[in-house]
Amino acid sequence: MSKEIVTIKDLKTYFPIDKTKFVRAVDGVSFNIKEGEIMGLVGESGSGKSTIAYTFMGMYKQSGGEIVFNGKTITTKDNKRDMLFKKDAQIVFQDPGSSLNPYQDVRQILSLPLKVHKIVSPDKIDEKILEILDMVELPASFMYKSPNSIGGGEKQLVSVARALCSNPKFIILDEPTSSLDVSIQAKIINMLLKLHKEKKLTYMFITHDLSLMRNISTKVAIMYLGKMCEVAPTEEFYKSPMHPYTQMLLSSIPVISEEEEALKPKKVVSTGEIPSPVDIPKGCSFHTRCNQKMDICCIEDPMMNEVSAEHFVRCHLYK
Amino acid sequence: MMIKTNDIEPKAKHGFLKESTKNNLRIYKYNFSKNKLSILGLIIVLICIGFALFAPYITPYPQHAKEFVDFNNASQAPSLKHLFGTDVFGRDIFTRVIYSFQGALIMAIIVLGISVPFGVFLGLLAGYYNGSWIEVLIMRLTDVFLALPPLILALSIASVLKPNLTSSMIAVTLMWWPWYTRLVFGMANTIRKEYFVKIAELIGASRLHILFREILPSCLSPILTKMALDVGWVILIGASLSFVGLGEQPPNPAFGQMVADGSKYMPDLWWMTIFPALGIAFIILGFNFLGDGIRDMFDRGRQ
Amino acid sequence: MNDAILNIKNLKVWYNTYRGYAKVVDGVNFHVGTGEKVGLVGESGCGKTTTMKSVLRVIDSSINHIPEGEILYRDKDILKMNYNDLQQIRKKSISMISQAPSAALNPVFTVGEQLLDVIRYSEQYNKKSGKKDLMDMAVSAIKDVMISDPERILKSYPHQLSGGMKQRICIAMSLVTPRELLIADEPGTALDVTIQDQIHRLLRALVEEKGRSLIMITHSLGVARELVDRIYVMYAGNIVEVAKTKDLFSKPLHPYTKGLMECVPRLSGGGVTTGIYGYIPNYINPAPGCRFCPRCPDAMDICSKEKPQTIEISDGHKVACFKYTNS
Repeated sequence: MSKEIVTIKDLKTYFPIDKTKFVRAVDGVSFNIKEGEIMGLVGESGSGKSTIAYTFMGMYKQSGGEIVFNGKTITTKDNKRDMLFKKDAQIVFQDPGSSLNPYQDVRQILSLPLKVHKIVSPDKIDEKILEILDMVELPASFMYKSPNSIGGGEKQLVSVARALCSNPKFIILDEPTSSLDVSIQAKIINMLLKLHKEKKLTYMFITHDLSLMRNISTKVAIMYLGKMCEVAPTEEFYKSPMHPYTQMLLSSIPVISEEEEALKPKKVVSTGEIPSPVDIPKGCSFHTRCNQKMDICCIEDPMMNEVSAEHFVRCHLYK
Repeated sequence: MMIKTNDIEPKAKHGFLKESTKNNLRIYKYNFSKNKLSILGLIIVLICIGFALFAPYITPYPQHAKEFVDFNNASQAPSLKHLFGTDVFGRDIFTRVIYSFQGALIMAIIVLGISVPFGVFLGLLAGYYNGSWIEVLIMRLTDVFLALPPLILALSIASVLKPNLTSSMIAVTLMWWPWYTRLVFGMANTIRKEYFVKIAELIGASRLHILFREILPSCLSPILTKMALDVGWVILIGASLSFVGLGEQPPNPAFGQMVADGSKYMPDLWWMTIFPALGIAFIILGFNFLGDGIRDMFDRGRQ
Repeated sequence: MNDAILNIKNLKVWYNTYRGYAKVVDGVNFHVGTGEKVGLVGESGCGKTTTMKSVLRVIDSSINHIPEGEILYRDKDILKMNYNDLQQIRKKSISMISQAPSAALNPVFTVGEQLLDVIRYSEQYNKKSGKKDLMDMAVSAIKDVMISDPERILKSYPHQLSGGMKQRICIAMSLVTPRELLIADEPGTALDVTIQDQIHRLLRALVEEKGRSLIMITHSLGVARELVDRIYVMYAGNIVEVAKTKDLFSKPLHPYTKGLMECVPRLSGGGVTTGIYGYIPNYINPAPGCRFCPRCPDAMDICSKEKPQTIEISDGHKVACFKYTNS
């Protein structure tokens, strides 16, 4: 029975726009991540997937709900995190360009977490940096390079290396390869999977690319306008997607072979616009675009139900 | 296979400058030398520094810069013996003009040396803590200082203190720092939102590290550019203060003071005013050209 | 090839950098027929956007230098045209949609005003029509791109609209006046998958309905597969393979095409491949021979010495690779 590294209960993150209106970026999300899992979080813009990650890390204040990391509950009012959290939980952002300080070289960038968390003594720092560069298969000569002289894929590898410096237990990867070419993406993903096995890490992997998700995650959760629509183990998720939004998303992925076409659910053409997160529709937030909506969908917001082993759906069709 | 630190090219590790800095320096030199005036500015500035450092050795009458009178040679027009003529006390004006460079440069160094770090630090704090009481306190204080006309402020402060070079430096320093605070505030406010700053916070870096190692380097180019252009201004304000008698006191020479003294005898004994005035113009022009060059040097748009 | 409305012959575009000329586009041959949909697929830095920008000559002539090549639009060389003729082409024949719709729309004017500008500027309307007639044209263009409530949208400013809407308006702007060729530069990149899907269908439907030609630039093979009839694969400034869509996916020939296809994560699972080994070559002093040679798993001796010529293997399927020179 693996330990739960992350437990999120009914997490809410609201951003006030003025005295009365809020953007409900995350609106009551619950899930858990067990040790060794790679949890995938999928959604379109405005779904709140990145906001969950940022709230967890402490970049945004929670407006409600509970976060438990590695057994310790994080108090609601505060978005401060203690040093142990900062050591054990790391994040890699999407944009390689602004994730690295252009006025520092790789050595300075990697020595920061080593110094802050006193991972090694000051005289052993260079050695440790070389060890870490070796882990992400970057050459030793990278130590004195500045971010301007290395490519996007390599910058992301440096960001990953930085995340590994503090020997973390849990790493959040927020669309780490979205701005990279497919050939470089493959390298980075391979690297992440290798590290996951070698260092026994746990990941939360956020992306909008469903084909990529299929190959990397052990569990997938799909978000829409701040709420979770469906959570299931990966194979189950792709084999029998239940929520109409999941089906819509899966049916619009561009694929490159006939066999993949056959795996996609029947084509659901999306109609209408994605509602703005300020003005979320009443009832089930997806009903404005749903092709299987019923009367109740416009009035009542469905609850999350377990339809089969570990497979949860939030939809009136499956009560 | 573990690679030892010894395997890295010694040049990269032990070189005085990092590889990245060397690259940057090449680009800086290229950009700077594109404009001939900047090079001229650099030469002028180096000459001024030379004057200040070597004044006792290059002037014919170094003792004239201190207490000295020789009424027999007073009010002489420029000649081979006295290149810029003599003043009413018989002191060689050429010598005194050269010595004045010392005061001007000391003023620039001390004023900027104190006001810039102070102003930059406050700007970093205000920018990083934007929205909190820290920012409000700092920026409103800055607003107050900036609302007062600079010269009036300098004059009021200097007039309260004992009139000498030190007081004029204090006065100018006190009115100079807010400009840097405002400059850095805007930049720090923007840069703190960058991902690499957020990561440093999430890793747990100390606030000091974030302010000085993450945010400050990105602000340096505009700060250095402004400093280069400010030298001219500081010297001019210093000269204005000494013109009204609030700077360097006689017998020590200062540009403004000499212009003021000589102005009584214009236009007959013109050399007593014109040469010190040219001295001010020379040094200010030099720093202005240099400042433009430094601004161009950092202008990445050219790349 | 007889009814090719756009025919690019051996185009070379060099960027002038302080370290020398970067030979970004290195002899590209490309053609589009009437009513044909063609895709140009390649990764970032391969030169596809530069190639297409050269068609409309919207590249900065102080930085870019075209030493060789012809871009024939209906047999007239665009590169040699004078300014007036070029403007006529831009107004009436070719239009381009760029990647970021927010950058393409002027934030201080309403969308309606910008659309009217396009119509007026194209000089393709009855000179006697008043503003109302022009507005009708605009409204029908907006309706074509499946935007409901066109009048309200026309009065909005770009920042009030979502990314998907803005992109659709850019498409409307390109299609409002009859033009023969539409160049779309990664029109769905900045958008969500479902909206992207909508946009692509829309583009395809409109182009087919009005009988226009389409050049679609993309880095995604999947997108190209769904949208176009023929695909050009570009690497480091060269076209390495061109084929009808079905042929390309059933029988990719060039090692780069094969490598690219392997890198795409599959919906069927099975893990991720190791990617393509190596890096994009240096454009300033490119090594002689095939530009893909350092990264090619099937490289032979001759590959590093000579550049391969393009050979036709079967109907319309051409490849530039020494592996196929003998067959």
